[in-house]
Amino acid sequence: MAVGKRIEGLYGVIAEFHDAQELLTAANRTREAGYTSIDAFSPFPIHGLSDAIGFKHTKLSAIVLVTGILGGAGGFFMCWFANVIHYPLNIGGKPFNSWPAWIPITFETTVLLAAFGAVFGMLALNGLPMPYHPVFNVSRFEQASRDRFFLVIQARDPKFELKGVRDFLDSLHPREVTDVPW
Amino acid sequence: MAERDQPPIQDAGLTNQLADVPHRFIPQPILEPGHSFASITDHISSIILRRKTPIGWMIGFGISLLGLGILNVTIAKLLFVGVGIWGINHPVGWGFDILNFVWWIGIGHAGTLISAILLLLHQEWRTSINRFAEAMTLFAVAAAGLYPALHTGRPWFDYWLFPYPNTMAIWPQFRSPLMWDVFAVSTYAIVSLLFWYVGLIPDLATLRDRAGNKVARIIYGMGSLGWRGSAKHWHRYEHAYLLLAGLSTPLVLSVHTIVSFDFAVALLPGWHATFFPPYFVAGAIVAGFAMVLTLAIPLRKAFKLEGFITTKHLENMGKVMLATGLMVFYSYAVELFMAYYSGDPFERYTFINRLTGPYKHMWYALIICNGLAPNLMWVRRFRTSPMMLFITAQFVNVGMWLERFVIIPSSLSRDFLPSSWGTYHGTRWDWSMYIGSIGLFLFLLFLFIRFLPMISIFEMRTMLPEAQAHSAEEQH
Repeated sequence: MAVGKRIEGLYGVIAEFHDAQELLTAANRTREAGYTSIDAFSPFPIHGLSDAIGFKHTKLSAIVLVTGILGGAGGFFMCWFANVIHYPLNIGGKPFNSWPAWIPITFETTVLLAAFGAVFGMLALNGLPMPYHPVFNVSRFEQASRDRFFLVIQARDPKFELKGVRDFLDSLHPREVTDVPW
Repeated sequence: MAERDQPPIQDAGLTNQLADVPHRFIPQPILEPGHSFASITDHISSIILRRKTPIGWMIGFGISLLGLGILNVTIAKLLFVGVGIWGINHPVGWGFDILNFVWWIGIGHAGTLISAILLLLHQEWRTSINRFAEAMTLFAVAAAGLYPALHTGRPWFDYWLFPYPNTMAIWPQFRSPLMWDVFAVSTYAIVSLLFWYVGLIPDLATLRDRAGNKVARIIYGMGSLGWRGSAKHWHRYEHAYLLLAGLSTPLVLSVHTIVSFDFAVALLPGWHATFFPPYFVAGAIVAGFAMVLTLAIPLRKAFKLEGFITTKHLENMGKVMLATGLMVFYSYAVELFMAYYSGDPFERYTFINRLTGPYKHMWYALIICNGLAPNLMWVRRFRTSPMMLFITAQFVNVGMWLERFVIIPSSLSRDFLPSSWGTYHGTRWDWSMYIGSIGLFLFLLFLFIRFLPMISIFEMRTMLPEAQAHSAEEQH
């Protein structure tokens, strides 16, 4: 099997670990060994694990900033348009453009759209909902939501070579190494 | 969350080392020693998946269904006859309906406070109570939302409150505090729901992987959105969760602030006060913590969760109840002082009337419930006794209801013109609506504790010392 060539029907090779420290160390060593298409799975967030698999930034903050600004501007515009342009009510000659009275609604729409940005942005960036994923084909993967930790090297990694990857993962002292079919 | 000064778990060594230190200075554990990732997962998920439905749950659910039935009958009667079945009249146009709306909304606030503000403040003890406190928020907001929706008189036109393109070519009045309320409460309900659901996603994945029954696997699987615990996902997830906490913090403060604007913006003596927003927010927090205690104490007993919701949690909640209770008591004092200091005869009369008028017993009962009862929490023995905490929380629950009664009908019934004075009493339909809304709240709560994890499983896992891993670079 040539290096870097896609292997039919294989998503990658997965290794199972017993605790968070083993997984973090293994993930760091895998990245240092030059693998780039890797992912780690744990039952809870582990500090430093995303760095260890070479994932640094998320665009989520920028998304939330933009949706928040849109929410604020949109909310204020709605009040201004309704009360000044489209449906002005003259009450005792008071000014139509009474902007302080619109701040509460502007604030609420800002928070609402920013929250939408945070939740739906997170789900979209994560590619969720995704009912099927190849890692679910590994029967022991059910334990990833309980007390087991997994590290996968994907077949699309340029350095991927089946035997070499199996041996490499074995050298990290996992509990078990399994191939992940598509 | 990884860095903090105190160890989250009390290990056996610490107790021996501190053997000669008086007991009260030894840090109390926030998670019973001896748990593992597996035992936490199994214990919490078994409440939902393994056990047969407990008989106590059946009885409680039955009672809540009865309450829900009373609510349905009341609403049906209301739709046929109109709001005249309630005790509202001229000049008291806001009675039990607005009173109970404010009471329920206030109760909801503790959930967001626990889930968002305490998260930002790195208060790790929040972890075992945040899930059901958030659920309590949602159900309290649902119960609260019923009241203004029905109080409009023709609830089938409630959608007119929302700005939508319409053939009548009219818009809602965005300068009105009542419209602010529509936006604040609906935003609060939606954001609380999102926050709660995002917190549930990893736990739903746990339930999906552990459910024996195929239907349950499919339903929990759909709810989990295919969550697989990838490190990249966790990274964005934690980011989103913190952002939501940061957004919810000003939101929760804004909601009761805006509710208080409903009163403060009006010119009525007893309502027209600039300090209403902080006064209402403090009241909301004390009311919410009282309700969290009211629910947590029986739940931890019934489902044997003492290892997760420890005495430490109860004590901390008692302290929050004491601190915010004192703020509320201070607000009552400021209210009285400002009435005197304003020099305004109408304002002064309103408060003299509160202390000596037809509703004076409400005011004295309020001072006993909210002013005096929380002071029991100064005593450590009471703060650590579930029974005393429960009793104090009941005083506060009643006290917060009385507070809103004192603010709403007693002010409305005595405004500027003696010729328009009146009296107000709730009718039996007011009471049945109130009991019914408690039924709705309990109905939703019983469903929640039966079908969803009432303690956040994945966050409890992070409380274990072995959840803290370090990269090689960090270790030296």
